[in-house]
Amino acid sequence: MSLRMARRKMVNLLMFTGTGVCAVVSVLALCFILGYLLWNGGHYLSWSFLTKLPTPVGQPGGGMANAIVGSGKILLIAAVTGIPVGLLAGVYLAEFGGNTMTFMVRYAADLLNGVPSIVTGIFAYTLVVVPFHEFSAVAGGLALGIMMIPIVMRSTEDFLRAVPGTLLEGALAIGASRWRGIATVVVPAAFRGIATGILLSMARVAGETAPLLFTSFNNRYWATGWMQPTASLPVMIFTYAISPYDDWQRQAWAAGFVLLMLVLLINICARALLLRGHPTGR
Amino acid sequence: MGTVNTMAAGSRGPEAAADARSFAARLRNGDEIVHLITLVFAAGVCLIVCLLVFELYRNSSVPRHQFGWDFFVSRTWDPVFDNFGALPFIYGTVVTSALSLLLAIPLGVGGAIFLAEFAQPRLSDLLTFIVELLAAVPSVIFGLLGIFVVVPIMRTTVDPILQKFFGYLPLFSGPIYGVGFLTAGVVLAIMIVPYILSVSREVLLAVPPDQREAALSLGATRWESTWQVVVPYAKTGILGSIFLALARALGETMAVTMVIGNDPKISSSLLAPGYTIAAVIANEFTEATGKLYLQSLIELGLVLFIITVILNGLARLLILATTQRGSIRS
Amino acid sequence: MNKLLKTYMPTLLLVGFVVVALVSVTRPSSTAPAPSPTRALIMAPAPPSPPNVLLNAAGATFPYPIYSKWFDVYHRLHPDVEINYQSIGSGGGIQQLKAGTVDFGASDMPLNDKLLSTFHFKIIHFPTVLGAVMPTYNIPGLTQTLNFTPQALAGIYLGQIVKWNDPAIAKSNAGVSLPGNNIVVVHRSDGSGTTFVWTDYLSKVSPEWKSRVGSNTSVNWPVGLGGKGNEGVAGLVKETPYSIGYVELIYALQTHLPYGTVQNSSGHFIKASLATVTAAASGAAAKMQNDVRVSITNAPGANAYPICSFTYLLIPAHIADATKREIIKGFLHWMLTDGQKYTEPLAYASLPKAVVAIEMKHISEIN
Repeated sequence: MSLRMARRKMVNLLMFTGTGVCAVVSVLALCFILGYLLWNGGHYLSWSFLTKLPTPVGQPGGGMANAIVGSGKILLIAAVTGIPVGLLAGVYLAEFGGNTMTFMVRYAADLLNGVPSIVTGIFAYTLVVVPFHEFSAVAGGLALGIMMIPIVMRSTEDFLRAVPGTLLEGALAIGASRWRGIATVVVPAAFRGIATGILLSMARVAGETAPLLFTSFNNRYWATGWMQPTASLPVMIFTYAISPYDDWQRQAWAAGFVLLMLVLLINICARALLLRGHPTGR
Repeated sequence: MGTVNTMAAGSRGPEAAADARSFAARLRNGDEIVHLITLVFAAGVCLIVCLLVFELYRNSSVPRHQFGWDFFVSRTWDPVFDNFGALPFIYGTVVTSALSLLLAIPLGVGGAIFLAEFAQPRLSDLLTFIVELLAAVPSVIFGLLGIFVVVPIMRTTVDPILQKFFGYLPLFSGPIYGVGFLTAGVVLAIMIVPYILSVSREVLLAVPPDQREAALSLGATRWESTWQVVVPYAKTGILGSIFLALARALGETMAVTMVIGNDPKISSSLLAPGYTIAAVIANEFTEATGKLYLQSLIELGLVLFIITVILNGLARLLILATTQRGSIRS
Repeated sequence: MNKLLKTYMPTLLLVGFVVVALVSVTRPSSTAPAPSPTRALIMAPAPPSPPNVLLNAAGATFPYPIYSKWFDVYHRLHPDVEINYQSIGSGGGIQQLKAGTVDFGASDMPLNDKLLSTFHFKIIHFPTVLGAVMPTYNIPGLTQTLNFTPQALAGIYLGQIVKWNDPAIAKSNAGVSLPGNNIVVVHRSDGSGTTFVWTDYLSKVSPEWKSRVGSNTSVNWPVGLGGKGNEGVAGLVKETPYSIGYVELIYALQTHLPYGTVQNSSGHFIKASLATVTAAASGAAAKMQNDVRVSITNAPGANAYPICSFTYLLIPAHIADATKREIIKGFLHWMLTDGQKYTEPLAYASLPKAVVAIEMKHISEIN
């Protein structure tokens, strides 16, 4: 009997260690990625990388200033197109939705969430690039914006539903109309959560490459308008990483470093925002 | 979960009161207008999906008429003679995704069990936070690390060792390239572990504590209570997280195209180069000359869309099944 | 309304600020009242200039180094002209020109009549430079230059020759100790003019290749890994030991990859260079009088390198936008005259004089 007990204790210990190793390996993967990028990317990061335009192929030097700004522009368009739709659709689901409509919208958002990013790229290509005969930041931003919609919508809905109904009742009791109650009481109460959802969705699309390949395309110069091909960090990383030039490969590392820092920063900010709103944490 | 439900019910309370007021009053207050505006945007979400499916369908009519169902069983991808078949890409997509699941499931589920059942809550939260950050790393960065770190390791160490011990199996025969199905599977596995881990942990934590306590009070060890009581309870939810991860692996583009070798062949060896649906679209979409070629790529996109939609649906159903069971019992 | 404004004001202000900041950064300095600091740093002495004109072009990766150089120099000479060239492959150049998303395209494969008929507008081919495609390889420890017979190259790419020490390779490389490793074949994954030149050559020297694979910008490869662009193939060869790939000369030179000689139609093993490429093109000028779309692979001549090609800019014959039309015509004129002197440092052969004369006439046909 005691032998059996010892065996069971052994298994317990073994599995404790085994699953612990699994968890640690997963965590170490991130530490490795971060460390490797920090070492390589930080090493190659320079002032000229951040402020100069790319050089002609094969010549060393130059930077990705246009791609950094370009990524910002594309993200801005994504935010402008994605956030209002996601936000208002989320408000509808939480506050107004009827049964059939709610089901349909949720189902559509689930589908949209599952669409591979490259397919979204094809969609934006047929919708914007083909009719306007121009690769553009708008097309790229639209592709990313579509990807943001379901994330923003679901988080908005969840956080609005978590606001106690008594708040709205209070507003209605002092004579406010329903929509003003929602706009001035319910939405601000859920503001931190909604902002977190928005930030997370932006972090998610900021690193997307596939949908940009044939929508925003690439540009060696500054794109002066919104309807022009626009360089972006992820596409530059892809182009430079597969190239044979040592200098370009180094710049790909530096760009990877900048992109990763940006994405992680947004992520951490978003989570910190949420934690401050709910001091107890999850 | 229970509290959320009552809150939702609370916020619906005034709706009945609002309905009682006259339509004109509500219109004057702006309620109907706001309702309408949000409704339009909500309907917009549905519209986008319909439009997406419609565009993909409309723009793939030529190969559908020309090849019909043969598109899915033909192994040729020949732009010279305008002959296109999807099989090598479907095969590559399935094989790389299956490989990545094979590697990621033990790691992800094991890690989730540790974090949910064994680790102290503080440590668990910290580690989960780190893992969730890993989920946020852009895929092109995985590709970058894939080319310069994973591929050399596979070529010089992993592949030769596998071939030395299992070379008699067709799975590990043939020349070693470094890039190929196995490498793509490894990179994908690193990418999807965080999804499996964080969702599975969530599901495990949702298992009511009395389940564990009952098992422990009967004298079970911690592991026995976990493996025989908690995990079976959360089984469908964990399965759901795996389906979600699978959907991501299927649609992943950049990391895969950088390490798979981009060769539309069906070979039994995992060390051989291959191609996936997403990768071929990324590589050839801007340069496909001719309507048939371009539309064949769009049809591939449609195929990928349908596959992921089906998997996503299954995943949501499974997760819904477990979380609902949890909330009813609690 | 007050309460509403108060609630949302911080958010609105933040959004507004971001929009204004981004717009001001991306506006050209001439229209912004004061240049923003980032912009001032980058283009230190920005003289007031007319708004820049951006032309978009895409296509072949084979001449990308020289095009990239040309467009850069031309931008320095004419600061208001920016020509954004993206090397997405010849197939891409043809496709995007057809889709109307670029102002002009570039291809190493001249468009045949069937392909031209799919365009709804007329296109003029402008040969720009001559380039060579050579077999490049990565064999650790090997210092000698390898000699390739046409049969060896076809055999390797058909998947019939799988080891480096195969007799077909060893025969023409007496005294070289070849390893017994498997050959890793690398080819292009995208639609490529380099592929067209390579497969055009293999079709001419190997009947089996011609019937089984054929020649085009992308083909159904019997074996091998796919790399994206000349850059991608060179990158893959560089990262993969015991591999062989085919790239334009400059890519091998810039990345210090070794490349082999190829046996030409007179039986000599020729190394790709300016002289041997020019020799291959010597007979072409006469043929180009009527039609510039010629193939010069496997050209006769004792000193002719067998795998080379003209590469072309594809310019629409009618350009509606007068500004763009004049810029393109101006660039073509510059490219055919002063521009040709940039070719040699990048290992491209410049155009024969007779060909330049033909093209000068074609420039005036653009309207």
